[in-house]
Amino acid sequence: MFRKPTKWSVMKTLILKDIDDLIIGSLGIVAFISFFVGGVVAIQTSLNISNPLIPKYLVGFATRQSIILEFAPTFISIIMAGKVGSFITSSIGTMRVTEQIDALEVMGINAINYLVFPKFIALTLYPFVISISMSLGILGGLAACVYGGYGTFEDYIEGVQNDFIPFHMAYAFIKTMVFAFILATIPSFYGYFMKGGALEVGKASTTSFVWTSVVVILVNYLITSLLLG
Amino acid sequence: MIEVNNLHKSFGEAHILKGITTSFEKGKTNLIIGQSGSGKTVFLKCLLGLFEYEEGSIAYDGKIFNEFSPDEKRDLRADIGMVFQGSALFDSMTIAENVMFPLRMFTKQSKSEMEDRVNFVLKRVNLDGAHKKMPSEASGGMQKRVAIARAIVNNPKYLFCDEPNSGLDPKTAIVIDNLIQEITDEYQMTTVINSHDMNSVMEIGEKIVFLKDGYKEWEGSKDTIFKTENEAVTNFVYSSELFKKVRKMYLEENQ
Ligand SMILES: Nc1ncnc2c1ncn2[C@@H]1O[C@H](COP(=O)(O)OP(=O)(O)OP(=O)(O)O)[C@@H](O)[C@H]1O
Ligand SMILES: [Mg+2]
Repeated sequence: MFRKPTKWSVMKTLILKDIDDLIIGSLGIVAFISFFVGGVVAIQTSLNISNPLIPKYLVGFATRQSIILEFAPTFISIIMAGKVGSFITSSIGTMRVTEQIDALEVMGINAINYLVFPKFIALTLYPFVISISMSLGILGGLAACVYGGYGTFEDYIEGVQNDFIPFHMAYAFIKTMVFAFILATIPSFYGYFMKGGALEVGKASTTSFVWTSVVVILVNYLITSLLLG
Repeated sequence: MIEVNNLHKSFGEAHILKGITTSFEKGKTNLIIGQSGSGKTVFLKCLLGLFEYEEGSIAYDGKIFNEFSPDEKRDLRADIGMVFQGSALFDSMTIAENVMFPLRMFTKQSKSEMEDRVNFVLKRVNLDGAHKKMPSEASGGMQKRVAIARAIVNNPKYLFCDEPNSGLDPKTAIVIDNLIQEITDEYQMTTVINSHDMNSVMEIGEKIVFLKDGYKEWEGSKDTIFKTENEAVTNFVYSSELFKKVRKMYLEENQ
């Protein structure tokens, strides 16, 4: 009667479920998009280099830079704002409008802790998603370059290794962690504080996507001008 | 036993509950009835401690809720079961997991002890064999029964139901009503039910509180509600022709 509730066993299940929904469930789309966008970046770069004085390895170099600095951390986060963000908003929002959140509170459960904390923990694995995006993006560039006849394997690899600045990696992963935080908070906020019915859940997901993207873009600008500017 | 004394509740400017005093006895099915918007849900959520109120007090078995320590509040929560208007089952869990949830939160029972208890209550609400289903795969009536099973799994002293049979066909509604009444009697719980279903009123209304515009307009039981002269009550309860006839017959018979 006077014992503490065994919360950890419940929390563990929630965290595992959120890792599955938010991280594992996103790998497919992230891999697909990264590979093909990497390919397109490589093709575009080589098509724009008509001057024979520009070294051939520039294709690999430019692809690496755009993937690591912007595409993987920022644009994948925008896509995740659509996928993961609206999932979070609609799942928490549905719980709100169907009184599942009230049901938690009647049992004395802190609903914010119960719903949002596991999502934070799951999204600490977000850098893992972004690493996969970076690797596959660069690989996609290589494939498009070699198989499309835009350059040789050796030139591309030389470009990827050329003039590598470790701080760029740090910059990319600092951004990634900040975006993970944004992806967990803004969509949860819109879900938790929503009112109304099923129609409003849909609207809240859309609003949440818009604001998450806007905040990601603005914060990206801020971090970039602070760290690289 | 729950005693409510002069309860006032507002949302901003809107004064919703305007000084309600009443009590709900143990082992009885207590009904709160009233028109849509009369404040039934708000009243129930005050009883549950989900809403704060400006004035008045609510006492559980003689102890005033607002004077409880945090530990006492937590213990009280373990003694409360709630059936929400829309069932409010956790849609990411199976039916068995839903029913087990309060046990996982409030007790330190072993897995097999919990499973036994879940089997027992699911059988009690006639839902044998539905363990593995998801709530979305269950019919409205089944969901209500799961919600009741979840509410009673931890042997609560107090059971609250917000319109437990709205949206159900009359036959299923009566099954649910009778189930709640049986369980109340069997486990000697203090049960408070929001309802606007006249069948429930006549079937299980051992005590009836009629709310109107946030006031307690009338209170009585299913026996006295036939005889009352209170116009607001008769207008509400006997708004349908059928019930008008039933009342006339009853009054003629009992003259
Ligand atoms: N969270 C809230 N914030 C502001 N006003 C509220 C809130 N909840 C309820 N109200 C208002 O309180 C009044 C009573 O609502 P309540 O939900 O208690 O009615 P009800 O008797 O349960 O009706 P129904 O039979 O339709 O469920 C309504 O006017 C409603 O608009
Ligand atoms: Mg209501």
